[in-house]
Amino acid sequence: MTRKQKRLSIIAGALGFLGAATALTFYALGQKTSYFYMPADIANAAVPPGQRVRLGGLVEDGSVVRGQGSQVSFAVADTENRVPVVYVGLLPDLFREGQGVVTEGTFDAGGTFVADSVLAKHDENYMPKEVADSLKEQGVWQHAQE
Amino acid sequence: MMIETGHFALVLAFALSLAQVVLPLVGARTGDARLMATGRPVAITCFAMTALAFAALVMAYVLSDFSVVNVFENSHSQKPMLYKVTGTWGNHEGSMLLWVLILTLFGALVAAFGRNLPATLQATVLSVQGMVGAAFFLFILMTSNPFARLNPAPIEGRDLNPILQDIGLAIHPPLLYLGYVGFSVCFSFAVAALIEGRIDAAWARWVRPWTLVAWVFLTGGIAMGSFWAYYELGWGGFWFWDPVENASFMPWLAGTALLHSAIVMEKRGALKIWTLLLSILTFSLSLLGTFLVRSGVLTSVHAFASDPSRGVFILAILVFFIGGALALFAWRSQSLAPGGLFHPISREGALVLNNLFLSTATATVLVGTLYPLAIEAVTGDKISVGEPFFNLTFGPVFAVLLVAVPFGPLLAWKRGDLFAAAQRLTMAFALAALAGILALLFLDRNAALAALGIGLAFWLVFGALTDLALRAGIGKVTPRTALRRLVGLPRSAHGTALAHLGLGLSTLGVVAVVTLQTETILTMKPGETVDVADYTLRFEALSPHRGPNYTEDQGIFPVFNADGDRIATIMSSKRLYTARRMPTTEAGIETLGLSQLYVSLGDETDDGGVVVRIWWKPLVTLIWLGALVMMIGGTLSLADRRLRVGAPARPRKAEPAAAAP
Repeated sequence: MTRKQKRLSIIAGALGFLGAATALTFYALGQKTSYFYMPADIANAAVPPGQRVRLGGLVEDGSVVRGQGSQVSFAVADTENRVPVVYVGLLPDLFREGQGVVTEGTFDAGGTFVADSVLAKHDENYMPKEVADSLKEQGVWQHAQE
Repeated sequence: MMIETGHFALVLAFALSLAQVVLPLVGARTGDARLMATGRPVAITCFAMTALAFAALVMAYVLSDFSVVNVFENSHSQKPMLYKVTGTWGNHEGSMLLWVLILTLFGALVAAFGRNLPATLQATVLSVQGMVGAAFFLFILMTSNPFARLNPAPIEGRDLNPILQDIGLAIHPPLLYLGYVGFSVCFSFAVAALIEGRIDAAWARWVRPWTLVAWVFLTGGIAMGSFWAYYELGWGGFWFWDPVENASFMPWLAGTALLHSAIVMEKRGALKIWTLLLSILTFSLSLLGTFLVRSGVLTSVHAFASDPSRGVFILAILVFFIGGALALFAWRSQSLAPGGLFHPISREGALVLNNLFLSTATATVLVGTLYPLAIEAVTGDKISVGEPFFNLTFGPVFAVLLVAVPFGPLLAWKRGDLFAAAQRLTMAFALAALAGILALLFLDRNAALAALGIGLAFWLVFGALTDLALRAGIGKVTPRTALRRLVGLPRSAHGTALAHLGLGLSTLGVVAVVTLQTETILTMKPGETVDVADYTLRFEALSPHRGPNYTEDQGIFPVFNADGDRIATIMSSKRLYTARRMPTTEAGIETLGLSQLYVSLGDETDDGGVVVRIWWKPLVTLIWLGALVMMIGGTLSLADRRLRVGAPARPRKAEPAAAAP
């Protein structure tokens, strides 16, 4: 191979690698990210069962029921709608009724949200950002500190 | 009075940094030696003033002076003394002050240790360093003043967020900032080279120690942060692909690439312009990280600072420095003499490959971190990009890089022989394959992936050892000679081998935990037992306990081995910090060999039991021990004779040429 051909083949190799990485990134952005919904959104747009999403809102007062072992069921609600959630595992320290929460998982065929992770942020005054933003849009947000 | 002194010192430091920007630069451009010489004392005084301001704030915390807003919001008189001190940087204002303290420290170090640099280069570097400093001093004084007073002064403070009251968090930010901000020196050198329109191999030699220092600290900072999240958050994870973690990981990846490309530039005079660009990009990623963390644009477990007005200011700083440096690069890099070409199969070629992989890996992390922000800004949809995304994009790119690592050091400069290198690595490959096969035979779960990963990790470890063995001539000369040669190898050779070995150990830890860990969630009543891995845990009791500023329910779990002997007792608790009424989970962790048992307590159930989550984390400690080995490797490289003795010798030759811009 001449020097020029060598250089071209190296550049082609590098571009091929970058192309593969880019393709992988685009694929992953399409397939491996999850959308965030509030209960009000769920009522309007049907999320197909099995699709991974994040569901955020307030833990509805009086909805937390502890079942067998570490199974817990509760409802995530906003001003317009409520969604029943089941979760097996340890709830975070700040999980309690009336507090903001973000859960991640999938809907089952019956419309119950099966969560595999539950996040409540580590600050008494802190509401998960997505939840706070959405509640502000619904006009029910009060700043915790004022 | 002390607070006002601190405040005044901070304003003075800002003024000094302005002087540091103007005087040396004007001197360097006009060739005025006296003006250039002002850079050194000004940089050192600027650091001294910042240190004074920082000390004043620390004292306010130590004395619990609640007339200072910052102390009132983040401290408590009952807090242990250690956390009073470290609480200084556990909040936005204090941590920004720490940021500029370290920035001016590096400026002072360049002033103190850069006596052998050409005078114009040193003056220009100090000037650029001063610009960054001035911007951040202004940011602190305008939007985040830690010395603001409160009148009347409250009697008691609000206490520091309890999960930050931890020794890990005491060390993590300073280490991280020493790394993050350390790259500012590389940035200043790059911008100075562009201003001077001159760059050569000696430049790489001057920049390399600073890159190494920053890289060693950043490695430590990231490992410390990961370790803290692992034991403090009680979720048992060591890495969450959280945007804030990514913010520190991106400069690390780019910095690692810079570390390697600077070697090519120093040894072979090639990759000059690329190295320059990497220096700029690495610090730009540090600035981006500061912006992401400090502006509160992110949803994150780490988002302790949330004030959008500050974000705009940092964004302006970000745009000015990144945009300015890149524009300067676009304008001036044409005029720099390009480096030589080289054969693709060679040490240089391998290092270019390393840079290709590392910068692609950086790009995937960058995309994953910024994509949710971009989507939310454009469409308003909120999405989350998490582990599945990074597993699919960062994972393969990094895996390919890891496969290639052992070849690099075995290829010769200029023209290497891939076949010969492969031949010399046969033994390492055989051992790694053996490790993989043994893993496949003795472990059943997820075995294929685990075996591949374990093989890869051992490939790195044995590859690094092969490099040392070959250099020492083990097997070719008598063991005595080999040992003498091994000890006599340049420290940078040991450094390279150790850093790559550390990478292998960390990989082994990550692979073992990800593929082989077990998790058990169950409800236990006192007296009940559970088997985890080869051990048996018994839940003895839940007993109340009182700490200095918290109360807790402590679960006591004796651990028994297969023979039924009691080998340890794990204490896991749920704490309530009284000042903020904030509950936390204190995980109970027992280290057994290199592996760990990890116990988290959940809620009590109605029938008198308690929900318990128990993990078996095989080889988990290797993740951080590997990072420690990498740090030792970096430090050894830093102590190499070439950098200690070679660097001062070089400038004398370079100086006459540098004097004529």
